Amino acid sequence: MEATPAWRKLPYRRLELYEPEGDLMTLQLGPQHPSTHGVLRIKLHLDGERIVKAVPFPGYLHRAVEKLCEQLTYVQIAPIVDKNDYVAPMTSEQAIILAIEKLLKVEVPRRARWLRSALAELQRVASHLLWLGTMTLDLGGALGGGGSVFVYTMRERELVLDLFEGLTGSRFHYNTHTVGGNRHDVPAGWAKDMHAALDLIEKRIPEYETLTQNNRLFVERMRGIGVLEPELALELGVTGPNLRASGVDHDLRRDAPFHAYDEVATNVITAKAGDCLARTQVRVAEMKESVRLARAFIDGLPEGPLVSGKPIKLPGQFKVNSGQVYAALESARGELGTFLVAGAGTSPYRLKIRPPSYHAISALPYLLPGHTVSDTVAILGSLDPIMGEVDR
Amino acid sequence: MTLFAWLSSILVAVIVLTVTAFGLWWERKLAGRMQSRLGPTIVGPIGLFQPIADLLKLVQKEPIIPQRADRALFWLAPPLTTLFALLVAALVPFGPKLAPANIDVGVPLIIALGGLALIPVWMAGWASHNKYALLGAMRAVAQSVSYGVPLVLTALVPVILAGSMNLNSIVAWQHRHHWLVVWPVFLGLPAFILFILAMLAEANRIPFDIPEAESELVAGVSTEYTGMHFGFIYLAEYVHTLVGSAVASTLFLGGWDGPFGPSVLWMVLKTCLLFSVLYWLRWSLVRLRADQLMALAWKWLVPAGLALVLLAAVWTQTPWGR
Repeated sequence: MEATPAWRKLPYRRLELYEPEGDLMTLQLGPQHPSTHGVLRIKLHLDGERIVKAVPFPGYLHRAVEKLCEQLTYVQIAPIVDKNDYVAPMTSEQAIILAIEKLLKVEVPRRARWLRSALAELQRVASHLLWLGTMTLDLGGALGGGGSVFVYTMRERELVLDLFEGLTGSRFHYNTHTVGGNRHDVPAGWAKDMHAALDLIEKRIPEYETLTQNNRLFVERMRGIGVLEPELALELGVTGPNLRASGVDHDLRRDAPFHAYDEVATNVITAKAGDCLARTQVRVAEMKESVRLARAFIDGLPEGPLVSGKPIKLPGQFKVNSGQVYAALESARGELGTFLVAGAGTSPYRLKIRPPSYHAISALPYLLPGHTVSDTVAILGSLDPIMGEVDR
Repeated sequence: MTLFAWLSSILVAVIVLTVTAFGLWWERKLAGRMQSRLGPTIVGPIGLFQPIADLLKLVQKEPIIPQRADRALFWLAPPLTTLFALLVAALVPFGPKLAPANIDVGVPLIIALGGLALIPVWMAGWASHNKYALLGAMRAVAQSVSYGVPLVLTALVPVILAGSMNLNSIVAWQHRHHWLVVWPVFLGLPAFILFILAMLAEANRIPFDIPEAESELVAGVSTEYTGMHFGFIYLAEYVHTLVGSAVASTLFLGGWDGPFGPSVLWMVLKTCLLFSVLYWLRWSLVRLRADQLMALAWKWLVPAGLALVLLAAVWTQTPWGR
């Protein structure tokens, strides 16, 4: 393409100092825009259709969740935070419960850990399915081929939501994890339903591949677009499929096992290119891997109790006076961490969530310049940000 | 103009608009089935009156004009888009004697009117005082100018072979010889495909719908429009596709020519079939980027179109093509 743009020559950290010159048009993309995956605003400085500088402004979905959690007892926090990542509430909930259990030094029974892993994998499948649908929606428009893929993936995601409904009674905000275990045990016949659903999903994944990464038009739109260098990704703290698509072999499921991932090995999927197409390939391949893992976890589900210790009756049942912990798990979007500082009594003093999406969109100012407005939605979509998680 | 011409023009306009309305229903049904949905089912039997309900809804809506918009141009642009799209319909012959405007420069006039449809789009984009609309309009101009060239070139192939620019004569020639996609197949088929591609781009349909590109430009030129004004722009797109299919069937698929029965039936059948294929394409493809679109037009379609014109000219001089 053209010579190295001016912003590339600056050190990464000084990007905000770059003042574009010339006769430019400023376009405020969002916060109300069909493709901002929620309410993100990106200020684009355009030369014709080419982006010279891009500044993302998160914060439109801020609900003060972290502050709210300081007012709640440890038992009450989980159902609040599962609204953070509204595409993968299951892992959202697990991330917080992991930290609380670590702080309170509560043992989790083996059966609960295996069930949690299976749920996390199912949630990853559902989340990646939704992502694939919205990604093609961004490329092909709601009234076109993108819309078709979206409807197909939503149909399969529905299967997973049905499974969750069968297990927990609710389709979305589950509140199935409690301190020291899980609330809902696997009902009779659920494992069979799950196998049937996963069989269907596994059969349909090649169909999506035909419609997306084996489709010439899709590939033309995605290849070489929004290349995220591994060094930059590491510096920005990008994790999950976005990082693995840049060639960095990093997955908390293998590198820092939580739940029962130390007992069942995870194949970490990586790609070299780091562009939008690589991110698509990684996520689709991860879906297949998650299907395998979910099967393994449910088939090997050990017998035993689901909750350790006494059943929870009172909100203020757990008390701790000091200590701080950091616990993290690999959600569908990357490292979802929780930093928890104990207060005096039954509530935390401070709770900080490390959302992978926030770090993913922090790459936007580096990825967007040099591309066109059309690529903006492709790049933004390929990073899979969930604004509820970014803003909390 | 004679009374007959007036009446038949009005008749054609009414027919085209009605067919478009039910084309809308047909598209929604078709898309629904492709996406494992049902499509419209509530209004009327099998949702047949859905377009009427849509129209009533659009008419009820408040027409909002942005404060800083150019009022006159803003008002004028949407009806003009529909008007120009409809004008082309008057030139399409539906039978040997059933052509409202049977004129000798039919083919160039159709191309010219298709190009004219660009002006209200630009008007709308400029008058809206909206950056998305402006970007959309700029894309529309670039696209229409680029794809006008292969459109002209491929339309020249039937003109050269039939030796006439009159649409009715071209169909009559195909009636005497073969449909163009059948023979000479090496000229007719590629020209037909190129024509369809260029026509899709002129009508701003997926995969060439970048002026609208709702995932990028919100709604492109129609961003600021509400109610029936939006309806006009929307309608124009459908009419454009429908009339484009009619023109393509006339030039390449033998138009009103059929083995039996009334000529109108064949014309309508071919047009509707082509229309459906275009929707099939629409509901299975993603759109290209603006620069890729231009690259496709200038690097592939224009050279291919030129080659086809040359080949057609040579073919008419050979003993088989005479």
